[in-house]
Amino acid sequence: MTAFLQQLDPVSLVSIMLITATPLVLAALGGMMCERSGVVNIALEGIMLTGAFIGYFVAFLTQNLWLGLLAAIVSGMLIATLHAVLSVSFLVDQIVSGTVINILAVGVTGVFYRTYLETATTAGPGTLPHWNLPLLSSIPVLGPILFQNQLVTYAMLVLIFVVHFVLFNTVWGLRTRACGENPRAAETAGINVYFVRYVNVIASGALAGLGGAYFSLQQIGTFLPNMTGGRGFIALAAMIFGKWTPGGAFLASLLFTGSDQLGSRLQSVFQVHVPLQFLGMLPYVLTIVVVAGAMGRAIAPAAVGRPYKKT
Amino acid sequence: MRRFRAGWLVSSLLVPLASVVAGFLVGALAIVAAGADPLQAYGALFAGAFTNRNAFAETLVSTVPYVLLGLGLALGFRAGLFNIGAEGQFYIGALTGVFVGYSIHGLPLLIEIPAALLAGMAGGFAWAAIAGFLKAWTGAHEVITSIMLNYVAFLVANYLIDGANGKPGVMVAPNVSTPRTPDVDLGAMLPIIVPGSRLHLGLLLALIAVPLVWFLIERTTVGFRLRAVGFNQGTARAAGISVAQTIVLTMGISGALAGAAGIVQVLGLSHHMTDTVAAGYGFDAIAIALLARSNPWGVLPAALLFGALHNGAGFMQLETQVSSDLISIVQASLIIFVAAPAIVRWLLRLREQPVETVQITQREVETPVG
Repeated sequence: MTAFLQQLDPVSLVSIMLITATPLVLAALGGMMCERSGVVNIALEGIMLTGAFIGYFVAFLTQNLWLGLLAAIVSGMLIATLHAVLSVSFLVDQIVSGTVINILAVGVTGVFYRTYLETATTAGPGTLPHWNLPLLSSIPVLGPILFQNQLVTYAMLVLIFVVHFVLFNTVWGLRTRACGENPRAAETAGINVYFVRYVNVIASGALAGLGGAYFSLQQIGTFLPNMTGGRGFIALAAMIFGKWTPGGAFLASLLFTGSDQLGSRLQSVFQVHVPLQFLGMLPYVLTIVVVAGAMGRAIAPAAVGRPYKKT
Repeated sequence: MRRFRAGWLVSSLLVPLASVVAGFLVGALAIVAAGADPLQAYGALFAGAFTNRNAFAETLVSTVPYVLLGLGLALGFRAGLFNIGAEGQFYIGALTGVFVGYSIHGLPLLIEIPAALLAGMAGGFAWAAIAGFLKAWTGAHEVITSIMLNYVAFLVANYLIDGANGKPGVMVAPNVSTPRTPDVDLGAMLPIIVPGSRLHLGLLLALIAVPLVWFLIERTTVGFRLRAVGFNQGTARAAGISVAQTIVLTMGISGALAGAAGIVQVLGLSHHMTDTVAAGYGFDAIAIALLARSNPWGVLPAALLFGALHNGAGFMQLETQVSSDLISIVQASLIIFVAAPAIVRWLLRLREQPVETVQITQREVETPVG
């Protein structure tokens, strides 16, 4: 048993699960802010891709990772503003608006990647440094898992609590949820529904943009076309499975990355020769099962997806 | 259903046309940002798409799958279904179709081609019906499930063709350097209809599909049901229509059309399948159906536009070094303008013209009481 545990290496397993869950959790938190205010955000994928690109592009030009990180967040906010303008002000179907952003993100990042980065000869600025927090990082088990990470992962861990607090313990959160459940009643009570939805959609862009920075600035230190690989959609599933709560979305994200990791470890530890492609399918199939299974029990904000026309 | 109203001309012709123009203008901005001359780039795009006989034939070749895919999406839209997974259905359709295509031998053309086509459509139908089934019985949103099914479809194709763990794929052709399926039987290949070009019989199939889909939507019981479900599920249910059944069937037919696009590409062009995934068909299909305002007849010009963009983009990239990804920007911008008629109306200074907003996933807009 101990030999088996050593081979499976649970500490590094959980650590990798946590790290790879970073973009999922961040995008899921963004989706949550958005949907709690009544706006569906399937643009998370495109926002993350844009964040990954702009973040790296700026970091590459300035040779400064921190400016890149900031640029990723700002670009996420800008592209989310487009989603807000289209779906809140112009009453465009929210799924259509999100799809537009996803297509746009592929186009814009593709064009500029091929124009400016593909043939670039200078090296990028590398990846975000690992920070071992003093004292905390030497705690056995917890230390290596929680306190020896890079910035985006730390930010993710903190933001889970921040988003929870904002949504459930502040006036803003109450207003947000009111707009997502019953915008007409919210407006009657004097809440500016458009304003609340705009702010939340833009906040979701900041979160997803930061999630995008994970791919290019934290994980590999460069940008590759379509490097987000559908994580934005998996994040949506995590949000649904987590019942639109930050803690739930966090655990659901760990479930997805866990299935990913466990698959590959089973192969090396147990010598189970499952075809690689089937292991690759796991997160996607799990997403489908989860979305199908969770739908009956998880209750979405009542007004989500419906354009709201001001009185 | 659709009568000639005062606003009809505006909403059906002027808005899409203005959207296309606006889309190209936004694209021009991106070209400038990428450091190239928009006139030169668009000139090359146009030349690559139209100026000689073979370029135009190639544009039509690219148009064929777009017609079928666009019809599939438009059909789904009419039932309020957003089938974002056309790409996966395209691949599964191509896989099942190519399997039949290379498995049968020596039968007459009139049997082999329909057999392979039907197999492709059945594959697409089944793949899309999964998402339809989940939507109907569990409420899982088809946007998430069908996107996830795309990734699964790519991996299925990859497994069947490339194999895994050192073993060759089940569908791989013997003695080829890069893994691919065997060629389909000679009798299953779609004949070339313009000698000297690659334009194949698929064009006629696509052209026939347009009135067929129109007829299905507008003149049959199935079509009536799907329109009723798209208009208002509650009312449809009250009228005794099985909403669940209609959703599964509509998703299935939508997928069958995407599968048809996949197998027509194989039978008409490549004659086999490789493991490489040509991304983007699914999103292109959405753009086409939106531009066509979910009208089967409108799919034809929209698909031609996309065929021209697709075909011209390669030439543009070659001539002016502007990446062919640019057409995604043009496409996304034109969807914005199509989906938000209010913007176009504002741009064209059309006042008080009743232009309906495009509503796909739900029909109810909360409007002020009284």
